[in-house]
Amino acid sequence: MSLLTVSDLTVSSADGRTLVDGLSFSVGRGHRLGLIGESGSGKSLTTLAVAGLLPPGLRASGTVLLDGTSVLGAPERSLNRLRGRVAAVVFQEPSTALDPLMRLGHQVAEPLRRHQGLRGAALKAAVLASLEEVALPARVARAYPHEVSGGQRQRAAIAMALACRPALLIADEPTTALDVTVQAEVLALLDRLATAHEMALLFVSHDLAVVGKVTDEVVVLSAGRAVRTGPLRSVLADPGDAYTAALVASARRLDEALGGAL
Amino acid sequence: MRRRVFLVTGIVLVALVLAVALVSLFWTPFPAADTTGGRLEGPGAHHLLGTDKLGRDLLTRLMIGARIAVAVGLGAVALGAVLGGLAGLLAGFANRWLDDTLAALLDILIAFPTLLLAMLVVAARGASLASAIVAIGLAMSAIVARLTRVLVKRVLAMDYVTAARTSGVSWPRIVTAHVLPNIWPTLAVNLALQFGLAVLAEASLSYLGLGPPPPNASWGRLLQEAQSTVLTAPTGAIAPGVLLVVLVVGVNLLADGLRDVADPTRRGHR
Ligand SMILES: Nc1ncnc2c1ncn2[C@@H]1O[C@H](COP(=O)(O)OP(=O)(O)OP(=O)(O)O)[C@@H](O)[C@H]1O
Ligand SMILES: [Mg+2]
Repeated sequence: MSLLTVSDLTVSSADGRTLVDGLSFSVGRGHRLGLIGESGSGKSLTTLAVAGLLPPGLRASGTVLLDGTSVLGAPERSLNRLRGRVAAVVFQEPSTALDPLMRLGHQVAEPLRRHQGLRGAALKAAVLASLEEVALPARVARAYPHEVSGGQRQRAAIAMALACRPALLIADEPTTALDVTVQAEVLALLDRLATAHEMALLFVSHDLAVVGKVTDEVVVLSAGRAVRTGPLRSVLADPGDAYTAALVASARRLDEALGGAL
Repeated sequence: MRRRVFLVTGIVLVALVLAVALVSLFWTPFPAADTTGGRLEGPGAHHLLGTDKLGRDLLTRLMIGARIAVAVGLGAVALGAVLGGLAGLLAGFANRWLDDTLAALLDILIAFPTLLLAMLVVAARGASLASAIVAIGLAMSAIVARLTRVLVKRVLAMDYVTAARTSGVSWPRIVTAHVLPNIWPTLAVNLALQFGLAVLAEASLSYLGLGPPPPNASWGRLLQEAQSTVLTAPTGAIAPGVLLVVLVVGVNLLADGLRDVADPTRRGHR
C-alpha cells in the first residue's frame, strides 16, 4: 500500500470557487513525486490538504490517506499522531517558516524534544547533529533567523522537519525564494537526505528544471487540475498539451542558461 | 544613537515622577489637609512652590498628585492588559462566529466615549481613585483587546505556527513559545503609550470633578482649582501642567525606546 494516496481531492473556497479539482496521485514509501504548475495552480493548497492544514475558510472533499489513515475531516488528535512522524512539511517562505524571536537551536530542539523525548545534554547534542546533517555550522544554533542567510534559514527549516524522522517529506517550493547557486545546494541536500533516510518526497515547484533535480515522477497542475501525470522523462520528451509544453520550454531555457543537462 | 537618547530621557523623566510618588508615601513638606499657610502665597522659603487658595502647600499637593497619576497609570494598564489581553487572545483563537461577535462588541466599546463610560462608573460607585482606575482600565481593555486579536491572528497565520502544529506541538505550548513572545513587543509598546493616555484621561476626569476627592487630589483637579486664579498665582496652574507633560512625554519616549529593546530583529541596528 502507498504511503500517501490522494484520490479525487477537491478543494473549494467559501464563495464556491473550485481551487483544486479532482486531483489523484500516490506516493509509495521511499518514492518521490514532483507537483508542478504555475503560480496559483493549487500546489500549496494540495500540500496543505495532504497535511490536514487547510485554512478554516476552505472545504475539501475526496480522500487523502496517509499511511492508511484518512486525513480529511479527521480530528486534530489523530492528525497529530500522523504529523511529524509520518509526514513533515518544509514551507515555501523561509522568512515566515521560522519564529523570528526564537534562536534557531531552540526551534530545531522543539521537535526533537517532542518526538524523541530528548532532554538536557542529549538534546543539545542532537541539535548539533541535526544542524551538521544539513551542513549548518554549530554557531547557527545561537543565532536568530534574521542573523543568517535565506539558504541557512531553509536548511534550519529542513532540519526541523527531519527531526521527527518522517516517512514523507512535503517540500513546498523550498528553494524558490533562494538565489540559483544556493538553490542548487539545498536541492542537493534534500536529495542526499531523502536517500540517506529512505524518505519519500512530495516536492512542489513551479519550475520543471528544479523538480527534475530531485524527482523522476511528476504531476502537472493547471488551475487546480492535473493535466499530465507520469515519469519526468516522458513528459519532457512529449509534453502533449500546450500548458505542459510551455513549462518544458521555459525549463529548457533556464537549464541551458545554467549549463544543466535536462 | 538618537533612539538611545530618547530611551534614556524617557527613563529619567519617568523615574523622576516615580521617585516623587514614592517619597510622597513617606514624607511630604506638610500634611495633605494642612491649611495653615496663607492664601495664594507665592513661592518662598516656607512653602517652596507657594500655596493654593485654601492655604494648602502646593508642593505637597503636587507630590500626592504624582502618586495618584502613577497609581492610575499602573492600575488602568494592569486592568487593561489582563482583561484586554485575555479577550484579545480568545478572539484571536476563536472560530468565525465567536470572533465576529467579539470584534463587533469591541468596536462598539471603543466607539463609546471614555469620559461617558467614566461618568457611568462614577455614578455607580462614587468618585474615588478606584472608580477612576476601573473606568479608564475598562475603556483601555477594549483597545488592547482589539490590538491583541489582530496580533494573535497575524502570528497564527505564520508558517512557523503551522510547522509547530505539523510536528505535533500542543496549543498551550504554541501560545507560550510562539504567540506571546511575538505579540509582546508590540503590545508592551502600546501599553506604555496607554499608560500616558490613562494619566491624561484621569486628569480630564479630575478636571471635571469626577476624580479622587481632595485632599488627595490629582493634577487634573489642581489645574481646575488653579484656573480662576491663574493670572494672580500662575504657579498653581503651571506646575501640575508641567508635571503632566513630563510624565506623558517620558512614557512615550520610553515606549519608543522599548520597541528596539524588545525586538531582536531591531537590536543593534541604527
Ligand atoms: N485561504 C484561501 N482562501 C481562498 N482562496 C485561496 C486561499 N488560499 C489560496 N487560495 C487560492 O487558491 C489558488 C491556489 O493557491 P495556491 O496557494 O495553492 O497556489 P500555488 O500553486 O501554491 O501558487 P504559488 O506558486 O504562487 O505558491 C489561488 O488562486 C489562490 O488565490
Ligand atoms: Mg504555493
